[in-house]
Amino acid sequence: MEALLAIGIGTLVAAGIWLVLRERSFSVILGLTLLSYAANLFIFAAGRLAPVAAPLALPGAETLADALPQALVLTAIVISFGMTAYLVALALRAKGETGTDHVDGREDGP
Amino acid sequence: MMHLPLLPVLVPLVTAVLMLAVHRADIRVARGMAAMSLGGLGIAAILLLRQAGDGTVAAVSLGNWPAPFGIVFVADRLAVLMVATTTAIAVPALLAACGGLDRRGRYFHPFFQMQIAGLNGAFLTGDLFNLFVFFEVLLIASYGLLVHGGGPARARAGMHYVVLNLVGSIIFLIALGLLYGMLGTLNMADVAERLSVVPAADAAPVRTALVLLVAVFALKAALLPLGFWLPHAYGAAAAPTAALFAVLTKVGIYALIRLSSLALDAPPGAALLSPWLLPVALTTVAVATAGALSAVRLGTVVAHLLLLSTGMLAAALAEGGVPMMAALLYYLPHTTLVSAALFLLVAQIAAARGHSGDRLVREAPMPGRAWLGASFMVLAVAVTGLPPLSGFLGKVMLLGAAPPNAAGYALWVVFILSGFVAALGLARAASTLFWERAAPAENPPVPAPPAPRGWAGPVALVLALGFVPALVLGAAPLSAYARAAAEQLAAREPYLRAVLPAGAAAVAREVRP
Repeated sequence: MEALLAIGIGTLVAAGIWLVLRERSFSVILGLTLLSYAANLFIFAAGRLAPVAAPLALPGAETLADALPQALVLTAIVISFGMTAYLVALALRAKGETGTDHVDGREDGP
Repeated sequence: MMHLPLLPVLVPLVTAVLMLAVHRADIRVARGMAAMSLGGLGIAAILLLRQAGDGTVAAVSLGNWPAPFGIVFVADRLAVLMVATTTAIAVPALLAACGGLDRRGRYFHPFFQMQIAGLNGAFLTGDLFNLFVFFEVLLIASYGLLVHGGGPARARAGMHYVVLNLVGSIIFLIALGLLYGMLGTLNMADVAERLSVVPAADAAPVRTALVLLVAVFALKAALLPLGFWLPHAYGAAAAPTAALFAVLTKVGIYALIRLSSLALDAPPGAALLSPWLLPVALTTVAVATAGALSAVRLGTVVAHLLLLSTGMLAAALAEGGVPMMAALLYYLPHTTLVSAALFLLVAQIAAARGHSGDRLVREAPMPGRAWLGASFMVLAVAVTGLPPLSGFLGKVMLLGAAPPNAAGYALWVVFILSGFVAALGLARAASTLFWERAAPAENPPVPAPPAPRGWAGPVALVLALGFVPALVLGAAPLSAYARAAAEQLAAREPYLRAVLPAGAAAVAREVRP
């Protein structure tokens, strides 16, 4: 399971980096979203992957999952969601102000 | 007053929320609330300075959860110094914004208060994940402030700024996940303690996490090669915003100082900064100096000077040692306050010139150029470190603390040359702005009169100019405070014991697979 998760996170990061380096703001936003998914999964994995651990203190549970990374991931999800929403709004406004969705605000680059 | 360290965060946070509740009311309501919030912050900062001045490290556990598990707020000398600097800058910045910028959008004042809450929270928190959260609070507020007022330049600069900082936040999260997975804690003091018992097999991932943290903080501090966004973004921001942003890069420097004092002297993090931070910092200084010389707008010159000061602070941090840190902590408030004043001055000059704004081209003489020119000279002397003002004192302390070896000599050469070249650049800018007149044919008279100016901008500038004599006359107590803060940082024990009292440190931890 660790190998599967590691490959998944690695794929997300690779795709995210490729997209962030693209020149259109929509690709960049998608790339940032993928990167933040990867970061969230990574934090979740920091609490160790245990298929039999109970998520909360249930009576009779042998082992308990670490609850803190879950709380951290929740916070991180909320923050990255808000930031992505802001970035989409900003990208739309930049498109309206500069007339192009190129990240440099002009077509021919700097 | 047990909960005093919480006040610098709670006051602006509550004010911002209340402002949102009444955002349909007249702008004067928001202005009054902002003024009250800054008054409260000023009182809190003075009380905190008094408390921290005798060496107390006040720690508050939120919800009374004991330290490694709950979030702590810690007010030591360094954190309080940063909070006081932020508060001092916020006053003229707010005043200048009341000159009309805050009318150009509805939410300027809530953003401003959130920005202060985020800054103060980042300085006072004792928990790494909480530091991330406050970074995000101050960043989202700064995104809003940066594009406030509109225009293509701001939208473009805002886009770059936001994307860069989001990538930084994601790297920060990955570093925190790695650190938590390895150490099982994110409390800064607890991290410092547990670093000493990291088994050799785990040293590499822990070191990786620390490297990622350093990279993120270097991005926030705008150290090269991660600092090219700064002149672009700050040059595009409105003056009151840019003045407040002068503190923003210092958050990165603060986080680097905190991290290096707590985590970078033990084996997993040892020698993590020293081999490369000094060359990087000196390169930042050199590139920023060249940028200041080649800029075509006064706002960009000032943004490069801010970058230059960040490089100087990072160089001092790379050198380390108590005298150097003491000099750094004196230079830090000086350079932040003077840069903020310069941003406000740029706005006044641009408003007085009307047509050509802050572009460095010849134009007809501007109204009020006697007092604008005098202000420019005072601030230029202060920012480039010429005697007799505070920049000179700070630079003498930095150079005096440089050790007599190759690194120290490099520091001398770069600091003195950069000061000289920056003075040259500012003198050239001043002669274009204040002395040279456009030939009538070269630049036809501008039909449009300059925009009407209120009293708020000039008063804010005068207030900010007041920082310069205050920094000179208060140099003795301030440098004594900086020295004590540097000693407190070097000792480490007061901070660790305030967060984790002796005896409570032996917390039962589960064995992790």
